Amino acid sequence: MAEVVFDQASRIYTPGAKPAVDSLDLTVADGDLVVLVGPSGSGKSTALRMLAGLEPIDAGSVRIDGRDVVDVPSKDRDIAMVFQNYALYPSKTVAENMAFPLKMRGMPKEERAQRVRQAAEMLGLSEYLDRKPKALSGGQRQRVAMGRAIVREPQVFLMDEPLSNLDAKMRVQTRAQIAEMQNRLEVSTVYVTHDQVEAMTMGDKVAVLADGKLQQYATPPELYDRPINAFVAGFIGSPAMNLLELPRSSSGVTLGGIEIPLPRDVSDAAGSRDRLTVGVRPEDWVLESTGSDAGSVVKAVVDVVEELGSESYLYAHLAEDTSTSIVVRGPGRVQVRFGDPIAVRPNPDALHVFDTETGQRLP
Amino acid sequence: MAITTSTPPDTQEPAAPPEPRRQKRSAANVWLGVIAWVVGIAFFFPVFWMVLTSFKQETDAYTTTPKIIFEPTLEQYEGVFSAGVGPYLVNSLIATVFSTLLVLLLGIPAAFAVSLRPVKKTQDVLFFFISTKMLPVVAVIVPIYVVVNQIGMLDNIWTLVVLYTGMNLPIAVWMMRSFFLEVPGELLEQASIDGAPLWRTLREIVLPIISPGIFATALICVIFAWNEFFFAVNLTAANAGTMPVFLVGFITSEGLYWAQLSAAATLAALPVILAGWVAQNKLVQGLSFGAVK
Repeated sequence: MAEVVFDQASRIYTPGAKPAVDSLDLTVADGDLVVLVGPSGSGKSTALRMLAGLEPIDAGSVRIDGRDVVDVPSKDRDIAMVFQNYALYPSKTVAENMAFPLKMRGMPKEERAQRVRQAAEMLGLSEYLDRKPKALSGGQRQRVAMGRAIVREPQVFLMDEPLSNLDAKMRVQTRAQIAEMQNRLEVSTVYVTHDQVEAMTMGDKVAVLADGKLQQYATPPELYDRPINAFVAGFIGSPAMNLLELPRSSSGVTLGGIEIPLPRDVSDAAGSRDRLTVGVRPEDWVLESTGSDAGSVVKAVVDVVEELGSESYLYAHLAEDTSTSIVVRGPGRVQVRFGDPIAVRPNPDALHVFDTETGQRLP
Repeated sequence: MAITTSTPPDTQEPAAPPEPRRQKRSAANVWLGVIAWVVGIAFFFPVFWMVLTSFKQETDAYTTTPKIIFEPTLEQYEGVFSAGVGPYLVNSLIATVFSTLLVLLLGIPAAFAVSLRPVKKTQDVLFFFISTKMLPVVAVIVPIYVVVNQIGMLDNIWTLVVLYTGMNLPIAVWMMRSFFLEVPGELLEQASIDGAPLWRTLREIVLPIISPGIFATALICVIFAWNEFFFAVNLTAANAGTMPVFLVGFITSEGLYWAQLSAAATLAALPVILAGWVAQNKLVQGLSFGAVK
């Protein structure tokens, strides 16, 4: 158990080029599960590998439990890692795989066996201890990899997309298992994923990265409710937030012929900008009757309906401006089909407004 | 769906088109089969004829209408043994076994380094290895002869061991490199996080994965060393001669002894065939991992 600190940590593959990880500042509190999330090439895996000692730290430092680990080899950092492809040793049995890190540390045989037994019991692997990885299913292999990390009783768990090779159902199940186990063991965990659903559901805190830079580091509700810039706004949430570039009007912005007033502090912060990027989450559109007064609703035409049972998502384009598409959450069993007109109104209290140039949140 | 058809689908005749295509396909398969057999027989026939001839009398061996039916005899094999094949066999065994072991001993670490721990000049090193195979052996035999003669190692089997090691090492490193490259990098990273020292990683994790590749490489080295003729014939005489040198002894100025030469050649080929047969099981295991996905 330990606090992990990235202090202006950078990884520069080729001198002069853009760093893969650019001056990362991040503190993982003791016992927390922190998710690093971002698109491919955002530097999230590189950051994790820097913490693991698999990539050098070219500038800044990384500290585990107060100790600077820049020059400490992987094996002495007291960490355990779970790889996306599990990296199980194919010639060793499940038990041997799990015991290997203990064996390398010179732990007596009896103690090793006991720890492996405990971990196997916890993960439901007891009956597979004598099998080779080849004879296991994907989910079982994943659990063996977890087991190998647990038996170490390390200060920090590192997980690099550990669920990506599982099928959808298994992924949801294992996601809950990992979160539950992490809560129970109270070991600080850094978890890398490109899946924002995993990030939102598992993380005590989530760090959103893009282009090697930390965009926002916050709790999941905070990320969702107050994304710091347009990138985070578009990345967190599924379906993604509607980000519309709209012209200013006297009291707010204009969308599809109607005027949307902006709160006072937002319009003050917007100053003299003549265009703003306004974000509306799919659930923040209010579906109105199509017969409503033309001045108060935005008219749109439905392209696709995704019926999910408890709710539905309507993908539509604006009637006035066919190049602008929006996603609207509707109720389940919505009586709308392809080509139907709909009328929507954004909830004025749930608008996210960003500077169109810089993408920064206003105010 | 509002598509109307004149006949309901389930009463339709089975579709006709797939039939001719299948026929075409099987006709192509038959032709491929025929070609495979012709090529196979063309390659195998000389070997078969050699084995057959080795059981013939010298008079049956070289007739204008080749004899397939004859009275088999072991006379030729007795002749080969009484001609003193023993020391030659032992020499060939020493040269083959020790050179192959040396190649593996030096080649495995080299292949590991050039594939899994590449540095800036690794490509140059690999090119250097293979470049040594570009020079014809004839071009270097004179300097090699002079050196071997100077250090008094002519007609010494250990000279051949060293030369065969050098001869096979580049091929072995290149071959094994391709197998090492198949090892997922995460396994090595996991091992380093687990705290396994390099030699243990190599022995316990990497080698079991690529053992079929190592066997294949060893087999190639065995075959090359066993069949090598040029160095052997130029650098050895009575003491250190190998099987290929022994075989040449049957091509005499008085003429060819076809049957006896065939018997000796069959004996010479036997160990290699055996080695291949033994390694076969290991080879077909293939590179199945189970570590990934």
